[in-house]
Amino acid sequence: MAHEHKLEIFRGLLKFKSNTQKIWGVLIFLTVVTAVEVVLGIIKPEILLKSSFLGMKLLNWIFIILTLVKAYYIAWDFMHLRDEKSALRRAIVWTPIFLVAYLVFILLFEADYVYNVYKDGFVTWNF
Amino acid sequence: MDSTVTTGSEENVWGGGNRPLNASYGKLMMWFFLVSDALTFSGFLASYGFSRFKFIETWPIADEVFTHVPFFHGNYPMIYVAFMTFILIMSSVTMVLAVDAGHRMKKNAVIWYMFLTIIGGAIFVGSQAWEWATFIKGDFGALETKGGRVLQFVNADTGERAAIADFAKTLPSERLDHEKKNGVWYYNETALPSFSLNEVIEGVKANSNIVIRTEQINEEGEKTVLSRSESLDKLGDAASVVEGANLIRNEYGSRLFADFFFFITGFHGFHVFSGVVINIIIFFNVILGTYERRGHYEMVEKVGLYWHFVDLVWVFVFTFFYLV
Repeated sequence: MAHEHKLEIFRGLLKFKSNTQKIWGVLIFLTVVTAVEVVLGIIKPEILLKSSFLGMKLLNWIFIILTLVKAYYIAWDFMHLRDEKSALRRAIVWTPIFLVAYLVFILLFEADYVYNVYKDGFVTWNF
Repeated sequence: MDSTVTTGSEENVWGGGNRPLNASYGKLMMWFFLVSDALTFSGFLASYGFSRFKFIETWPIADEVFTHVPFFHGNYPMIYVAFMTFILIMSSVTMVLAVDAGHRMKKNAVIWYMFLTIIGGAIFVGSQAWEWATFIKGDFGALETKGGRVLQFVNADTGERAAIADFAKTLPSERLDHEKKNGVWYYNETALPSFSLNEVIEGVKANSNIVIRTEQINEEGEKTVLSRSESLDKLGDAASVVEGANLIRNEYGSRLFADFFFFITGFHGFHVFSGVVINIIIFFNVILGTYERRGHYEMVEKVGLYWHFVDLVWVFVFTFFYLV
């Protein structure tokens, strides 16, 4: 079986000479992203806490997006999905994404509804 | 079937031996498992999100719960979890390097990289065990109300958390143990908190600097601190003393918080543990030369997929439990 690796990340912006080099490159990138997350989590910039988008703080959106970025590079370069056939890659990636997005949408809406029932309804739970 | 016209290309399509996905059976099955496992974890995290959105105004703040680093005293939120994340990513890297060395049939390099991967996994599992122990032991202690809400204590002048051990009074009291000979039913008594409810309440009354902090999160995103007189009123609602955490109650706030913590990080830790065990098996196979004789190191690649998956899940657990 052939083991050619695609040796570029960031859509070709960064090209590596060997697979080993690419692995270290991805490690550095993932470490930087994690460090940014931790620093943001510790200082918690005021602006990002005050503003919200779709009912969630901007800071939390940043965390979630950075997590997805990390997940992308782990799956694409460590689990070498980048080198797999696109049919296999799509089957693996889009199946969970669709199902999880659906589940999260339903559960969070329902949870918000329950929250409002507790808040505005005649239910006492904090006593 | 003689009349059937067969052309060369059709024989190629239906004659077997095609690999449209260009992946071996074992690798495909590993991916099947990983996708289904990913859905299991997503189910857990989504239900965590459900409970959190349901109690959005009273959910514990992770920064205030996970503040410890082994061998260091003081308040270091998230530092240790960040370290654990780094360890896991690092062991993922040594795993890819092992896979890469396997492709190039370098047996000794595979052995060394597998060894480092196992060490990384072991450090992570150990850290998680420590994290659990700290979480179970607790920090400050708290009171629980009749409604199952948690009341924590704060020093009014500094705004810092106050441990019940620091202000509770010691009131000598007789405690009668139920003994086996006295009842039709007999259960061993469960562990008692170090202070009785009465001792904590008297301690708050005697110490004018102590105020109560409720679970309610205010506009600034901080827990609400009551005034001294409100605190004294609130004491009347208290039903029991809570120290640390278990599956029934915990001193950090919502009961579901500890339940999900144990369940999700426990399930993940179990994955890491089994990953380490599988890695050890493969490690010895590599040493024995099994894959050298087989002619390829695809087995290393397959456990590698599992190992990266465990790392991938941790990235999400880290975000949703510790950051968001």
